Amino acid sequence: MRILVCVKRVPAPGSRINITDDALTVDTAHLGFTTSPHEECAVEEAAQLVEEHGGSVCVLTVGPAEAEEQLRYAASVGANEFVLVPNESGHDWDPQRTSHVISEAITQLEAGGERFDLILFGNESADSGGYQVGIRVAVTLGRAVVNGIKGIEIQDTTVTASREVDGGNEVYSVPLPAVLGVKEGINLPRYPTMKGRLASKKAEISSTSIDSSAGPQEKVRLHQPEEKISETEILGNGPDAAVKVVDLLDELGVL
Amino acid sequence: MPGIYVLVEHDRGEISPATFEALTAARNLAQRLTEEVVAVFIGVFDSDFNAVCTEYGISEGVVLASPLITDYGPELWGEALSQLSQERTPRIVMSVGTDKGNEVIAHASARLGSPFIANCIEVHRDSDWTITRMQWGGSLLEDVRVDTEQIFLSYAHHSVEPETAALSSDANIQIVELELDSLLTRTLVQERAAQAEGATLSTASVVVSGGRGVGSADAFAPLEELADLLAGKVGCSRAVTNNGWRSHADQVGQTGTRIAPEIYIACGISGAIQHWVGAMASKNILAINIDPEANMVTKAGYAVLGDLHEVVPAIIEEIKRRR
Repeated sequence: MRILVCVKRVPAPGSRINITDDALTVDTAHLGFTTSPHEECAVEEAAQLVEEHGGSVCVLTVGPAEAEEQLRYAASVGANEFVLVPNESGHDWDPQRTSHVISEAITQLEAGGERFDLILFGNESADSGGYQVGIRVAVTLGRAVVNGIKGIEIQDTTVTASREVDGGNEVYSVPLPAVLGVKEGINLPRYPTMKGRLASKKAEISSTSIDSSAGPQEKVRLHQPEEKISETEILGNGPDAAVKVVDLLDELGVL
Repeated sequence: MPGIYVLVEHDRGEISPATFEALTAARNLAQRLTEEVVAVFIGVFDSDFNAVCTEYGISEGVVLASPLITDYGPELWGEALSQLSQERTPRIVMSVGTDKGNEVIAHASARLGSPFIANCIEVHRDSDWTITRMQWGGSLLEDVRVDTEQIFLSYAHHSVEPETAALSSDANIQIVELELDSLLTRTLVQERAAQAEGATLSTASVVVSGGRGVGSADAFAPLEELADLLAGKVGCSRAVTNNGWRSHADQVGQTGTRIAPEIYIACGISGAIQHWVGAMASKNILAINIDPEANMVTKAGYAVLGDLHEVVPAIIEEIKRRR
């Protein structure tokens, strides 16, 4: 089977996210970058599926030239084919533009080869969190799509996908070709092996430019949320604090 | 006529409490924009829908019905909502920003090629829409401008306190039969696997969580005991799941579960952004940590400075002593 995973390069922040002077993007001067967590798991899931069923994994990203780093990471854990759709604007495109570009790229990739049986997205990106790109792409391509997926099993012509909801799991049985939005927790991504790392350096990355124009949604600025400044009440040091802790639990009515 | 149309999230008729946030937000918005709120229920009409409309002061409800909509299905629900949105051209089509709320609104907007702004906290209309929404799970805010007449959006979950209406009114419920493509039944829920009864991480009134500082899977035993004593649940940080100490189902955070307990007891958790956004809706936070500068400690309302391996057993002893 042929699987496509769409990933996004995102900053890896610690305890605070700073903003650039023009207020349009995250200040990444002192930050590393990573694959958005849900998508890191999507890459792992695709690698496991082709280990079990045979086939190949193609990974696609829309981003700056530096996003090659995330494609090479995918190569180091088992992906085989890599496509970078360049966005050199320095900013994320709006979700509709991103979706248009990805749909076009998929159509081109499929015209030049086999159809993708399964296309995986992350449920939402860690940074902009628009909750829609995978769905828009699926609607454009006329394919079935379910989000929030934490379990995937492939049968001959269908994929059984499960989703955690309050109090249990929902199970979907979707005909292939299908699109799924995956959530972290579907697996525990492997660490790249030394061999994988070496191979990833030689991975061939193809770059595909796609014409697009901005959608009706325009980013005006980023800003920090108002912090609820709370004085921390120190209940004590070490085990002696237990009495005050239990007093607090009592006061809150949870004891 | 345009109005603000609110998706009512429900599981086979049982209305999700998160929907009350959306109804409250819509009512407040309607007042400012002088619009009417219309609640939209997709599937087989349930009398609860009527009751909820009445309680939240929503005078008009629409049930979107089709023999095909026998359960939840993102494509069927999204198509149903897009048909209604196209026909009645509401100003706003919205939901609460739960996974399903966001999913259905994304489907509906995608089918009409319209923008969808997820996880909003403020919505204004002058010549354009100006909206403030969450990025990074709420660690950062984004102001966006949208120049369309109709807009699809979701309100960030836990950003609005549900409030019933001062004056309840009988709702006028209209049932609209839709013609839908049977192809879309391909994404209906096929079956369900139930978990154990009782509170879940997202509904528990007490959550006792451990981070890297716990040290191992076995060292969670005292946290389990404390959670049991308080009829709560055990949670953990992403570092813990990445180390394989606990299942991802226990992870509190941006990519795990968002919790909102009466009290969150965070043991040995530094409080990186990824974790904090999952915990910040807690009513009270108690951090137990050896580092007084840890983000979790400085952001928490209460803290104990000390080694969790000593503090947690002492709390357990004190609770037992008082019982």
